[in-house]
Amino acid sequence: MTEEMFDLRLYVAGQTPKAIRAFDNLRRICDEHLAGRYQIEVVDLLENPQLGIGDQILALPTLVRRLPEPIKKIIGDLSNTERVLVGLDLRERDGRAT
Amino acid sequence: MDDATQASPTRPHISKARTGVAGLDEITNGGLPSGRPTLVAGGPGSGKTLLGITFLVNGATQFNERGVLMTFEQDGADLATDVASLGFDLPALVAEKKLVVDYVHVDRSQIEETGEYDLEALFIRLEHAVKSIGAKRVVLDTIEALFSGLKNEAILRAELRRLFRWLRDHGLSTIITGERGETTLTRNGLEEYVTDAVILLDHRVHEQISTRRIRVVKYRGTHHGTNEYPFLIDTDGVSVLPVTSLGLEHKASSERVSTGLAELDGMLGGHGFFRGSTILVSGTAGTGKTTMAAHFTDAACRRGERCLYFLFEESPAQMIRNMQSAGINLQQWIDQGQLEFLADRPSTFGLETHLALVHRAVDRFKPDVVVVDPVTNLIAVGTQIDVRAMLTRLIDFLKMRNITALFTSLTAASADWESTDAMISSLMDSWVLTTAETVNHKRRRQIFALKSRGMACSDDVREFRFTDRGIEILPTAPDSLEGKGQ
Repeated sequence: MTEEMFDLRLYVAGQTPKAIRAFDNLRRICDEHLAGRYQIEVVDLLENPQLGIGDQILALPTLVRRLPEPIKKIIGDLSNTERVLVGLDLRERDGRAT
Repeated sequence: MDDATQASPTRPHISKARTGVAGLDEITNGGLPSGRPTLVAGGPGSGKTLLGITFLVNGATQFNERGVLMTFEQDGADLATDVASLGFDLPALVAEKKLVVDYVHVDRSQIEETGEYDLEALFIRLEHAVKSIGAKRVVLDTIEALFSGLKNEAILRAELRRLFRWLRDHGLSTIITGERGETTLTRNGLEEYVTDAVILLDHRVHEQISTRRIRVVKYRGTHHGTNEYPFLIDTDGVSVLPVTSLGLEHKASSERVSTGLAELDGMLGGHGFFRGSTILVSGTAGTGKTTMAAHFTDAACRRGERCLYFLFEESPAQMIRNMQSAGINLQQWIDQGQLEFLADRPSTFGLETHLALVHRAVDRFKPDVVVVDPVTNLIAVGTQIDVRAMLTRLIDFLKMRNITALFTSLTAASADWESTDAMISSLMDSWVLTTAETVNHKRRRQIFALKSRGMACSDDVREFRFTDRGIEILPTAPDSLEGKGQ
């Protein structure tokens, strides 16, 4: 298991049900799998529209794994834990833990 | 009746966003629907992006409407380089805050999808760009890239529907480009969402000759030309030539113009051709068609008229020299600015392009007389239907301007001349035929007027010969034995 810090950014636009769901899902997954080595920054594009351009954000919510590199993106409300883990490279696509 | 209500004066006026593209504003009766999306569909290289950029650049520079270009395929720097050759300086417009270029990169490989999402970030990004400069126009080129980047098509389609509604709600005159589909107008069926106006661009290459065409497939609530129009992309940018059949409403002049040959004038009811009419001079090789055209040109210039001469077989220098030796001094008219030669190999361009070039040259030079020598070479580059359609457009266009036009046509020696020329002759008001045959080891050349609408033309077949004063038509045979000649 790697002990790298996970630098995560969650893009949302206001407190929509999808955004709240995504944040709750993310917190739960991180607490279970990345306890103590993650940080989540929530970016509200309604407040800072230009912030989405750098990360080429189109869909919301979008989770961006900024660290460790390479950058990974997961779009949606993160309701499928398996796929979130795959997207974060915490699990291989065939289901094995890394 | 639907038609009746549509034509009634109570029909709501649709406000238009002018494209500034020559011709396109004419065939759309004023431009694209203002504050609404227009779909521009076409295959690769058909000029969709260019049309979109032109819409924005003209909006910013001519109509005081700023624009946002959201590109999904090419980044801004590439795009700026591509259009610089057309005289568009995108970076300058961006610096002046008349244009925002936003490159949206969609890369499927980086993206994992889980659960519900929407494209609100795209909306926010677009709105941010629009607000930052107060844009009135938007180009989305091409939003179909989203289909390759996002897996959930149901969400994507719902969001596209919402996007187009959003564009309307914000009153943005928008061009959405779409890649032409196999069976549908666009590959991903964007036409389903754009109900206001749909324009189709077509780029065909037939026998190595490329032809671009544009067609307004749909334009809700407005009259529009439904034909295909030639669409040009050159150093002047894009232009459309609305040279469809303009109908038969042109005024028929009763004024006559000389053919340049008194004898031929005589054969045509004594006064030559009607002004604004079309004349076909056909014959086999070496029967004096070009010389006849030169006489006609010379006579026009002597009357103080302007003449545009399209030369498809030889260079102007060669033509001027040859006519000089036939006693016709064309150089003087060029020097005086009354005559202009435009020489081209027809095979260089497609028919539509030729038509477009003729159109442009006529608009620029404003001739009274146009000569196309020979029109047969144009025929060689298209199918019969194409040629006929093109000639019809060309003739209508010239007639609208009351331009007298003479076309020469080379008849193959082996062919039956009446059938060979049948296709084009029906479009012509007058038809003069020249023939040559060998009799007793001598070439015997003859001329006659096969038809001439609206005048009593002679049934005589007259012999003629070349002299150092040009064509000399000999008197009618029986009573002329000791007349002219030798």
